Amino acid sequence: MGVESKDAAEVDAADILGSAIERREDPALLTGDAEYTDDIQLPRMCHVAIKRSRHAHAAIEGIDTSAAEEMDGVVDVFTAEDLDVPGKLPVGWLLDTLKQVDHPILASERVRYQGDALAVVVAEERYLAHDAVGRIEVDYDILDAVTDPADALADDAPALHDDAAGNVAFDWEIGDREATDAAFEDADHVVGLDLENQLLIPNAMEPRAAVAEYNPSENELAVHMTTQNPHLHRLLMSGVIDHPEHKLRVRAPDVGGGFGSKIHHYADEALVAIAAKRVERPVKWQATRTETYLTDAQGRGHQTHAEIAVDDDGTIQGLRVDTKANLGAYLSTFAPSVPTYLYGTLLSGQYDIPTIHCAVEGAFTNVPPVDAYRGAGRPEASFVVERLVTLAARELGEDPAEFRRQNFVREFPHETPVAVVYDSGDYEKPLDRALEMLDYEEFRERQAEAREEGRYLGVGFSAYIEACGLAPSELAGQLGAQAGLWESSLVRFHPSGTVTAYVGTSGHGQGHQTTFAQIVANELGIDYDDVEVVEGDTDEIPQGMGTYGSRSAAVGGSALVKSSEKLVEKSREIAAHQLEVASEDVEFERGEFSVTGAPDRSIHIQAVAQQSYLAHDLPEGMEPGLEATSFYDPENFVFPFGVHAAVVEVDPASGEIDFERYVAVDDVGNQINPKIVEGQIHGGVAQGVGQALYEGAEYESNGQLLTGSMQDYTVPKAVQIPSMETDSTVTPSPVNPLGVKGVGEAGTIAAPQAVVNAVCDALEPFDVDHIDMPLKAETVWRATSETTVATDGGEE
Amino acid sequence: MTHDITLTVNGTEHELSVEPRTLLIHALRDEMGYTGPNVGCESSMCGACTVHLDGDAVKSCTLLAVQVDGAEVTTVEGLADDGEFHPIQQGFQEEHGLQCGYCTPGMMMTSLQLLEENPDPSEAEIREALEGNLCRCTGYQNIVRAVENAAETMRSQKQELAADGGGD
Repeated sequence: MGVESKDAAEVDAADILGSAIERREDPALLTGDAEYTDDIQLPRMCHVAIKRSRHAHAAIEGIDTSAAEEMDGVVDVFTAEDLDVPGKLPVGWLLDTLKQVDHPILASERVRYQGDALAVVVAEERYLAHDAVGRIEVDYDILDAVTDPADALADDAPALHDDAAGNVAFDWEIGDREATDAAFEDADHVVGLDLENQLLIPNAMEPRAAVAEYNPSENELAVHMTTQNPHLHRLLMSGVIDHPEHKLRVRAPDVGGGFGSKIHHYADEALVAIAAKRVERPVKWQATRTETYLTDAQGRGHQTHAEIAVDDDGTIQGLRVDTKANLGAYLSTFAPSVPTYLYGTLLSGQYDIPTIHCAVEGAFTNVPPVDAYRGAGRPEASFVVERLVTLAARELGEDPAEFRRQNFVREFPHETPVAVVYDSGDYEKPLDRALEMLDYEEFRERQAEAREEGRYLGVGFSAYIEACGLAPSELAGQLGAQAGLWESSLVRFHPSGTVTAYVGTSGHGQGHQTTFAQIVANELGIDYDDVEVVEGDTDEIPQGMGTYGSRSAAVGGSALVKSSEKLVEKSREIAAHQLEVASEDVEFERGEFSVTGAPDRSIHIQAVAQQSYLAHDLPEGMEPGLEATSFYDPENFVFPFGVHAAVVEVDPASGEIDFERYVAVDDVGNQINPKIVEGQIHGGVAQGVGQALYEGAEYESNGQLLTGSMQDYTVPKAVQIPSMETDSTVTPSPVNPLGVKGVGEAGTIAAPQAVVNAVCDALEPFDVDHIDMPLKAETVWRATSETTVATDGGEE
Repeated sequence: MTHDITLTVNGTEHELSVEPRTLLIHALRDEMGYTGPNVGCESSMCGACTVHLDGDAVKSCTLLAVQVDGAEVTTVEGLADDGEFHPIQQGFQEEHGLQCGYCTPGMMMTSLQLLEENPDPSEAEIREALEGNLCRCTGYQNIVRAVENAAETMRSQKQELAADGGGD
């Protein structure tokens, strides 16, 4: 059974950190009081609709907006010609070999993916704006398109950008090629695999949206938008639309999910801001679901050849990986980091591998820009490693669980051959627990009996690792990041003793209001209900980096701890002064400062807060008031881990897969709110199972998106996601004050290979080594029937 | 050209003028300010816009407002009674049946209809009933628990009513 939630009022203050209390966010979301971007109505507000390219690759011969302009109620129409701002989207992560191509917010000469923006209509009403877009005529000279990264890198491929020869965006490698080649030469066995990690469409339930309002007399521009990181959008947008950063406010109201797709800076939100300045009226743009399919940055998109070298005794000797990564038509905000530093550095998995080499070629193609999607690089890495170790175990005739155990890293910190240092871990514990939950030995007996009856059961393991809380900033900078990866917080006591905590992360469903209040209440020793948390508004919180990469608790939460510690230290000085003792003689416990050895002489921190504002009796020279700011820059990444296992039954006659069980044992370090942790695991697993079985962006050869609606792209339904049995182990991280590791992406990273490994295990009698995702019934049926023919003598 | 129609939403009667093509969801959200139901797909696939129309759960993104002239509509705003959560809201809160909350109003409206027709559904029946409502956050597990939780509350409330002699 799952974690039971509790009412905050029933939790003792001393236990607030770590308690599964109900979320304070929920009442507004459950009653319709929440405020999503499209809920915002402003006086005189206009609506924006965007004319998009219908072709994936074409030269633009002309755009005729006259019919749209003539419509009653159309306030403004503009194209690239009308822009007097830089209008180019920057890339936020540079690599040595990166080709930085122009990424205009409105295309004028050429479109490079279906959905590329061409013109903007501003109209009095929502439907009218879309009508007017329909009247814009575009003259296209259609060009050949390419959507597959390997095809794009071939000699005869259509070229997308003049300054990126051969469609190569970058060539990147990590690890030691020579040492790896030598290890492969010496090894007893080499097991290889060609795999595709398919393109995925994020599908946050709330489509992207923006409302912009402009005050010309003050030159102030406010943009309310669906964002995971308002401050980064403020910075990037200020350059793109040439508006001073200090006169720009970006605010995230309630945000209906992101999964990475609301990190990146897109053309659309910049166009909405420009529209508001042009018409000097508030404007709203709400993407349709069709627009999100065409324009949201997609995820994954790898084609990989990978090999593992293993000795007869089951010791892994090396790993060699060659990947072609789809980057889409232009470089999205953090695109270059995803298939490189977020991918190559995780290829050691949970294993002690002496040497690794990974080469990645990034390709421009005629699909929307590809960037971070839940997990971002780490699912791709984990998929490669976990498929290979499964195949290696099979090659050696070893049990896949015990083969993993044999090769686990056992000492921490552990430096891998791919440039990262694992902080802490105890990899056998989740494996043992998962095997126990599965009743593994009994399962293998049942599997053997079933095979006798012509029924094919399989179990698949995923001993995954992920890297969260990317840091420190200096290291990120050396790797190419064009931003620091710290987090900022301000914790402010009010004179009456309640607290408002401001933090630069920006939750969009993760329950930060609840977990961050738990952290601050615990640090200050005050009631949970006395703490308010504010996020997601650049006017309230001066600086921040946002929520992505499972960084919020590890980095944002730690920033709140640091500010709280500063408050406690100032409070201690005030308390000592008023108690007339030296500050070293004052103890602090659960909000109370007391004199060592004389516990009845004490003052509560909330009374200290009052005194700090009264300022009648403060230590000499001390400033009044009680608030503290910190910029927390972590010393290292954190590395959550765990073991997921899927149990399936496959019908080789139809290719249908039935889930029997899904077991997840995760170690995400200390848990601030176990109910929220469990929920994050569930959601992540669902997206991972979605990738394994159902999801994938598919394109026609001319670059037309075939999966452009929820009819065609399977966002899994309740009946398609198995019940999950979850448990956890706790290995605190030593690199942050909370000992937390991060949980937002764990399930998505872990699940795909658990499912694929399970299906391949079930189909072992058919010699099925690998099937590319999604494992649709037809794909599975083909894999089994082809190998059946082959084992019958290879006749066709 | 517009049409004058009347809609009773959560017990309040509204008279409004709408274009023939105005969708019910836009009439509710943009014309009358009921922003609880959300637009997720404009194609009846995701269910974020689900409301009750004369007692039946419907997708308001693919109904025209003029089609439902004279109807009674219940949105998520009509669930709580004088600030007291409806058992379905309580169930979603207690079981962490939501994360970003965007699909939640529709999830609850669909679940309520299920519980009105089947007060004690099995897990499989709940999952089946929710096939027209997509969630990208929760993996559905806690939504299923939320519906089970609400079912239990509603059954015991009904029993209490019956014991008080007020049941039917």
